[in-house]
Formats: sequence, C-alpha cells, structure tokens
Amino acid sequence: MTDAHLDIRQVTKTFPTPEGGVVVALDRVDLAIAEGEFFVMLGPSGCGKTSLLRCIAGLEYPDSGEILLDGSRIDDIPAYARPVNTVFQSYALFPHMSVAQNVAFGLEMERLPKNEIKSRVAAALEQVKLTGLDRRKPTQLSGGQQQRVALARALAKQPKVLLLDEPLSALDLKLRRGMQVELKRLQRETGITFVFVTHDQEEAMTMGDRIAVFNEGKIVQVGSPQEIYRRPVNGFVADFIGETNLIKVTVGSGGFIFPGGGVLARELLAEDCEVPAAGECLLAVRPEDFELVDTDAAVVGEVVDVIFTGGLIRLHVRAGDQEIVAALPSHGAVVPAVGDQTRLRPITKAARTVGS
Amino acid sequence: MSPVTTSRPRRRLVNLSNFPLFRGTSIAVLVGMYLPLLLVVFYSFNQNRLAQIWTGFSFKWYDFVFHNDDILRALKNSLIVAVVATILSTLLALGAALGMLRMARSGRVFAWGLLGAPLLIPEIVLAVGTLGFFLTIKVPLGHVALILAHTAFCIPFALLPIRARLAGLDAAPFEAATDLGANEWQILRRITLPLLAPGILAGALLAFAISLDDFITSFFIAGPGATTLPVYIFGMIRSNVTPAVNALSTLLLIFSATMLLAVYLLNRIRRSD
Repeated sequence: MTDAHLDIRQVTKTFPTPEGGVVVALDRVDLAIAEGEFFVMLGPSGCGKTSLLRCIAGLEYPDSGEILLDGSRIDDIPAYARPVNTVFQSYALFPHMSVAQNVAFGLEMERLPKNEIKSRVAAALEQVKLTGLDRRKPTQLSGGQQQRVALARALAKQPKVLLLDEPLSALDLKLRRGMQVELKRLQRETGITFVFVTHDQEEAMTMGDRIAVFNEGKIVQVGSPQEIYRRPVNGFVADFIGETNLIKVTVGSGGFIFPGGGVLARELLAEDCEVPAAGECLLAVRPEDFELVDTDAAVVGEVVDVIFTGGLIRLHVRAGDQEIVAALPSHGAVVPAVGDQTRLRPITKAARTVGS
Repeated sequence: MSPVTTSRPRRRLVNLSNFPLFRGTSIAVLVGMYLPLLLVVFYSFNQNRLAQIWTGFSFKWYDFVFHNDDILRALKNSLIVAVVATILSTLLALGAALGMLRMARSGRVFAWGLLGAPLLIPEIVLAVGTLGFFLTIKVPLGHVALILAHTAFCIPFALLPIRARLAGLDAAPFEAATDLGANEWQILRRITLPLLAPGILAGALLAFAISLDDFITSFFIAGPGATTLPVYIFGMIRSNVTPAVNALSTLLLIFSATMLLAVYLLNRIRRSD
C-alpha cells in the first residue's frame, strides 16, 4: 500500500440548507486508497461518506481539494469522462431497456464494436450469474436480480475503481449475506479497486480490507477491521464499531477507580494507549472482554438484567452510576441471577483509554 | 393456501354511496352528459330534412357530408392547422419543460406561471387580443395566422402532461447514464426522451384535440379562405339545422373515440413489452 491509486487530498464539500445556512459534508478529507483494495467507507448517515463517493464519481464537485487517480487529477473532468463507475443504492436501472440493453449502455457510449459489446455484456451477466435473463425488463426482476444488473452494468465498463453506494441496504438479511460473499469474490477475481459505502459496521468488518470511519464530515480512523475493532482511536469509533462499554474512571495511584469503587490495576491495561497522570478518563471495554473474578474486581455491582442469547449470556451490572454490559460464555460454571452482587474484571490488556 | 395479498382496507372519510340521493344524482349526471351525444348519433340517421322530426332510417346525410366540397375543405383546413400546431406546440412545450429543469427554483415557478396562465384566461380575451395583434403586425388572416394562434394556445395544454411526467421521473437513471459515460446529448436521446415519451404523446393528443375543437379563436382569425370545421358547423346551424350536422358530429365522435382507443392499446402494448 505504498503508492496511492486513488488519492484524495484536502477535499471539502459544503451544501446550502433551505434555511440559508451551510452544511459541511466533507471537511478537508485526506485519504489514500491502494490499487486492488476492497476499501470501505463507514459512518452514520450524514457523515459525509456518500458525498465523498459522489465527488469521486463526478456527480458532485468538491469546493476545494484534489482527487487524483494514478497520479493525475480527475476532480475537474466531468463524470462521463472518468474511468470510475458506480453501483447506486437505488440501482438506477433504465426502466425502458432490457437487462442486456442496460449492461450494453455504457459500452455503446464508448463506441465499441458491436460484437465486442455483445461478448462483454454476456461475460458481465455471467459474472453476476444472470445469464438467460438478458431480455427481461428491470420491472420483471426481483430486488436481488436488479442489484446484479446494476453491478454487471458497472463491471462491464471495466472501471479502474468501482464505487458502491450502500448497494445492499435494500436487500433482506439473507440475500445481503450472500451478496457480501459474492462481492468479495468479484473483487478478488477482477482485481478492480472497490470503494464501498455503508452505515452497517458488521458489513464493513466482513468486507473491507481497510475501513475508513467517518463522522461529521471527517475521517476519524483508517485501518484494517482488526485495528479498528481492537484499537479504536476514540470513544466514537469504539462505540460505533461493535458494542463497547465506555466507562468513566478516575486515575488513582493504584490504578483506575471504577464507578462503584472497584479498581483496575494499571498493568492490566492495553499497552499502546495513553494514560493521563491524574484526573478522569474514559475506558473502553468490549462486553466479551469481561470475566467473573473472586478478587481484585474492577466492576462491583448488582446484576439488574440477565439475557440469554445462545452462545453468550449478557449481564447488565449496575456499578455506581453506570450500567456495564458483560457478555459471558453461557457454558460458564456459575451464572449470576438478577439481584446478585457480582464481580467482573476486563481480561488482561483488553481495556483501553479513549478520547471522547 | 391463498396467495398473500397486500391489499389494505380502503380509507374513506365518508361513504357517499350510503346517501339517499347518491344513485339518483349519479344517473341524472350521466344522462345529462351522454344523452345529447346519443341524440346526435340517433338523428344523424334521420331521413327527414328537419333534424328533430324522425321519419325513417337513412344514410343520406352521411352521403351528403362525404360529397360536400365545403365540408371537406373545412375538414382539410382543420386537419392541416391541428397537425402543424400540434407538432409545433408539443416541440415548444418539450423544450420549455427541459429548459425549466435547469432554472433556479424561483425562475421555474415564474416560468411555469407564465406558460400556464393562458389556461385560466377566458379564451375570448385571448382571441380578441390575437386578432388585434395580427392586424397590428400585419399578419394576413388565414392558414398561417391560424397555425400561429393555435400553436400559442396549445402550448400550455401540451406542457401539462409533459411536466407531470418529468416531475415523476427519478433523478437516479440520469446520474447512472452520466456515470456510464453518456454526455448531455446522449442522455437526452437515450434516456430523457424515451422516459418522457408517454407524456409527450399525451401532450400532443391534448394539443391536437384542443386545436381541432377550437371555435372562438378560429372564428376571429380564420378569414374567408381558411374556415375550419367548427366554424363551418356554426355557420351550418345558423342557416339551417339539417341532420347533416348530426352526421358530421357523429363522424367526429367516432374519430376521437378511435384515437383514444389507439392510445390506450398503444400504452398496453408498451407496458406488456
């Protein structure tokens, strides 16, 4: 990942609001995406991820900043001349054209010879497993099939970068899982750089070689799914990616004093995080990183809820003024009941300090 | 097991059909609307030369219509004016609708108001104005003047369905076309026009019907050589109400019904394709 294939430099985009104000959709965003990468842009709605995708596609123009593809600027050329293609959230198929005509459209715009168009349409339809449906109209297809047509239409152009704008959000869960696997396969087979926008953190973790987490028009963190899950840079990322307890603790001489009076020894903290000398700070602990202990408990409190979820049992423990969630293996020996006093501690090097 | 349907109970504020006068009113309205048409058709087959006295069945008034040079000339004038005015007004309305897409919101509202207002202005005012205008700029009354006037008053009608269709279109296919490498001209030809086609067809039909049917403006503008069919029929009735008027009207009725049916069938074929 040394040379940037798609290089986004200081891109800013603002939109006027109907009330006469201004919304900053992208605030001086820098991002380098490598060739052949499955790159995911993740964030809550309105975080700027779709705006950036549309700026790359050429459907929006940045107010300032540059977008480079293989070292040359593309942000000032019109969308139709850019070697990137988009799979739209609503599929955006042409309702008056058949499946084959939809897929052929982009190739006809390139004025390719007829027989080449024909073979590339057939190849694209085979790639997305739609062979035999080429004469149907989009209205005669299921949502999943329409999705595949949109994919084939973009892939047939053999773009340098394929942009996918929440392409799976309209599919039901089972279909979505299947398409996730298939998109990974297509990306591996074609070697095309995929830039995939989603607000679903689970989808992002499943699919991305790397993930950029967006919030309020800025990129908060870029990294592999493991890095982002295990070493979130702040409370927002920790909370957005998976489930996290954000626990307000006081830094004392013996360690971190938890609400409710428990203490976590400083040595048990993850190694690569900053610890303030004194005062208060936030600790992030995943629910599955808690274990029941007899002594040296960090969380001491009353069990207020016990939820059986199959492999895991979720304990809601009230410690001081905070409720902490722990997910314990359901085959564990003793399962506390509601009303019990319980003692928990994060396993070694699982708790991290985070900025808010 | 019966297939799952998603039908929802229809919401009604008031169920009008429960009111005692509902049936009677409905029947009276339908009779008022369609009985005159039935009478026209019925008396067109009347043998008697006085239109409202039935004496026997005959096709002779149809024969009269088909062999009357004045009627045929008026019909020809009407068709020429209607066809040309339809083409011109539909093209202009299409251009206006596409042009308005690019305007800022306030400009679009203003433009739409300007183009739509003639729908609300009494036609007699427009007709007097048009006549005065043509006399001032010395456009000779006749075919050209008729075509110009008809084109002008058909534009708002042609614009109505085109704009409705345009407003109902999703922006996404246009973005997809750009994304796939189509420039503005290619988008217009391959995406915009095919998607607008039903609106354009409806607009053209509306313009054609309005033009063919027009009396007031045509009466003012036609001049001696360019009498249109409605103007001629008016003249026929003033001099002598013969069943020939009924026969002519029946033929017009069949013509418009055929046109409606053709459009309906055309739409069905397009949809099932």
